Amino acid sequence: MDLIEVRNVSKSFGGLRAVSDLTFNLGRGKIKGIIGPNGAGKTTIFNLISGILTIDSGEIFFKGTVLNRLKPYQIAYLGLSRTFQNLQIFDNMTVIENVMVGLHPRTHSEILHAIFRLGRSRNEERYIFEKAYEALQSVNMESRAAEMVSGLPFGDQKLVEVARALVADPEVIMLDEPVSGLNTQEIERLDDLIRKINAQGKTILLVEHNMRFVMNICEEVLVVNYGKMIAEGDPSQIVSNRDVINAYLGEELRIA
Amino acid sequence: MENFLEKRRKRQYQYLLFFALAIFLFPVFVRSKYLLNVMVFSGIHTIVVVGFCLLMGYAGQVSLGHAAFFGLGAYTSGVLTVKFGFNPWMAFGAGIILTACVAYIIGVPSLKLKGHYLAMATLGFGIIIQIIFVQWRSLTEGPSGLVDIPGISIGGFKFNTDFKYYYFVWIFAAVAVFFSLNIVQSRVGRALRALNKKEIGAEAMGVDTAKYKVQVFVLSAIYASVAGSLYTHYITFLSPEGFTFPFSVLILVMAVFGGLANIWGGAVGAISLTILPEFLRAYKNYDIIIYGVILIAVMMFMPNGILGLVESAIDRIKAKRRAA
Repeated sequence: MDLIEVRNVSKSFGGLRAVSDLTFNLGRGKIKGIIGPNGAGKTTIFNLISGILTIDSGEIFFKGTVLNRLKPYQIAYLGLSRTFQNLQIFDNMTVIENVMVGLHPRTHSEILHAIFRLGRSRNEERYIFEKAYEALQSVNMESRAAEMVSGLPFGDQKLVEVARALVADPEVIMLDEPVSGLNTQEIERLDDLIRKINAQGKTILLVEHNMRFVMNICEEVLVVNYGKMIAEGDPSQIVSNRDVINAYLGEELRIA
Repeated sequence: MENFLEKRRKRQYQYLLFFALAIFLFPVFVRSKYLLNVMVFSGIHTIVVVGFCLLMGYAGQVSLGHAAFFGLGAYTSGVLTVKFGFNPWMAFGAGIILTACVAYIIGVPSLKLKGHYLAMATLGFGIIIQIIFVQWRSLTEGPSGLVDIPGISIGGFKFNTDFKYYYFVWIFAAVAVFFSLNIVQSRVGRALRALNKKEIGAEAMGVDTAKYKVQVFVLSAIYASVAGSLYTHYITFLSPEGFTFPFSVLILVMAVFGGLANIWGGAVGAISLTILPEFLRAYKNYDIIIYGVILIAVMMFMPNGILGLVESAIDRIKAKRRAA
C-alpha cells in the first residue's frame, strides 16, 4: 500500500462540486505536484487530506489508516504536516516559538506539568528549543530566531512555516503554493530546500501555479480541473497531454 | 545559540520577586486600615483578572460570565460554612471543585462557539447563576444575603485583621501569577497562543484546540473561585448583587486596561482599577464621569493596555540606543 491513497473522494460546497470522485496515490519518498486552474479544487484536496474539511464520500488512507473521521490534530500526530497558501503563522510569537509549536505532537508535558514546572516540562522545554533551532538552521533562518514573526518579510514567513512543518519529523509534508509571492532567488532557495528535505527521506505533496517550478522539481504531476482528475504522470507526459493543454489554454484551441 | 526563552523566563521570575517584595513591604510603610482594605480587594481582583488574561489574552476566548465563577466560589464557601458547619478550608476546596465542574460542563459546548456567540453564551450562563443565587433562598438567603460567615484561620492563627488578611490574600495572588507565568512559557502556553488567532494552523500542527480551550476555561474559573472564597471570608457577608453582569464586565475592563496578552497586565489592571475609584471619591458626583473618560482614553490611546504602552516605550528606547 502506498503512503497516501485517495480513493473516490468527493466534496461539495452547497451546489458546487469542489472535488469529484478523485483517486490518486502518493508513494513513499516521492515529490508529487497537483496543478490545475484557479478554483480547480487543489487546496480543497489538501484540506481534505489534512482533516480541515470533512470528506463527503470516498476514503483517504495514510499508512493504511483511514483519515476520514480524524481531526486535523490527530492527523498531525500520525506524521503528516503541511503549510498554508495564505500562511497560518502565529504572529503573536517569535520566530522560534512558531517553530516550537510544530513539535507539539512529539512532546508530552501538559498543563499541570507546566504549572508546577515539573522536571519533565523543564527538560522538554530545552529539547523543544534545540530541535526548533535546528529546524530554523535547515531553512537558514536561525539568525532571526528571536524576532517577532510578524516583522518578517512574506518570503521569510513562508520559510518559518516550512521549518514549523519540518520540525516534528513528519513522513509527509504538504506544501500549499510554496513559491507564490516569492522572487526568483527565493524560489531557487526553496527548490534546493525541498530537494534536500526529500533526500532525507520525506515524501512531498505540493500544490503550485508556477509551472516551471513544478515541472522541474516533481517526479509525478496530477492535473485537476473542476475537481476532477484530467491527467496524471511524469512532467514530460503532462506537458504534451491534450486535455491539460485544453484546460489551461481554453476551449478555443479545439475550435481553432 | 543561547536559549533566550530561558533568559526571558528568569527575567519574569525576577519581576515576580520584586513585585512580591513591594507587596510585602507595603504594609510596613502604610498602616492605614483603609488602604490595606483597598489592597485586599486589589489582591482578590488580581487573582481573577490574571486567570482571565490566560483565557482571553492568551487563548483568545472571551467570557462575560466570570462573575458567576467568582460567585460560585464565594457562595460555596459561604453556604457550606454557615449552613452546614464546614471548616472554611473544606468549603474552599469544595468551591474549587464545584466551580471546575460547572466550568467544564459549560465550557465543552460553549467553547465550540466563537467571538460574539461565545460572549453571548457565557453572558447567559452568568445570568442563570445569578438567578440561582437570588432564588435558592433556603441556601443563599436570597437578596437579603448570607450573614455571619466565619473567618478563615490556619491552625490557631486567625486572619481576622486587614493587616493579616492582606498577606493572606497576596500570597494567593503571587502564587496565581507564578503559576500563570509558568503556563504561558510552556508547550501548553504556546498552544494557547497559537490557537488564539490561527485555530486552523494550530490544529494542523497537532494542537487539540478543543481540549486546550476547555482546560484554560476551567483553570480561569478556578482562579475566579479562589478569589471568590477569599472575598467571602474577608467581608463575611454575601448578597447576590456582588456577582452580577457588571462585575463580569469589570473583570474584562481590568484585564484590557492593564494589558490583556500579559500576565502582569492583569495584575496592573486589577490593582489600578481597584484603587482608581477610591481616589476619584474626592470628586463626588463626577467620579463616574472621570472614571469613564479615563477608560475611554486608555482604550483609544493604549490599545494594548498600560503595560503595552510601557513595553512599546522600552522598545523605542532600545531601538534608539541601537541606532546611536
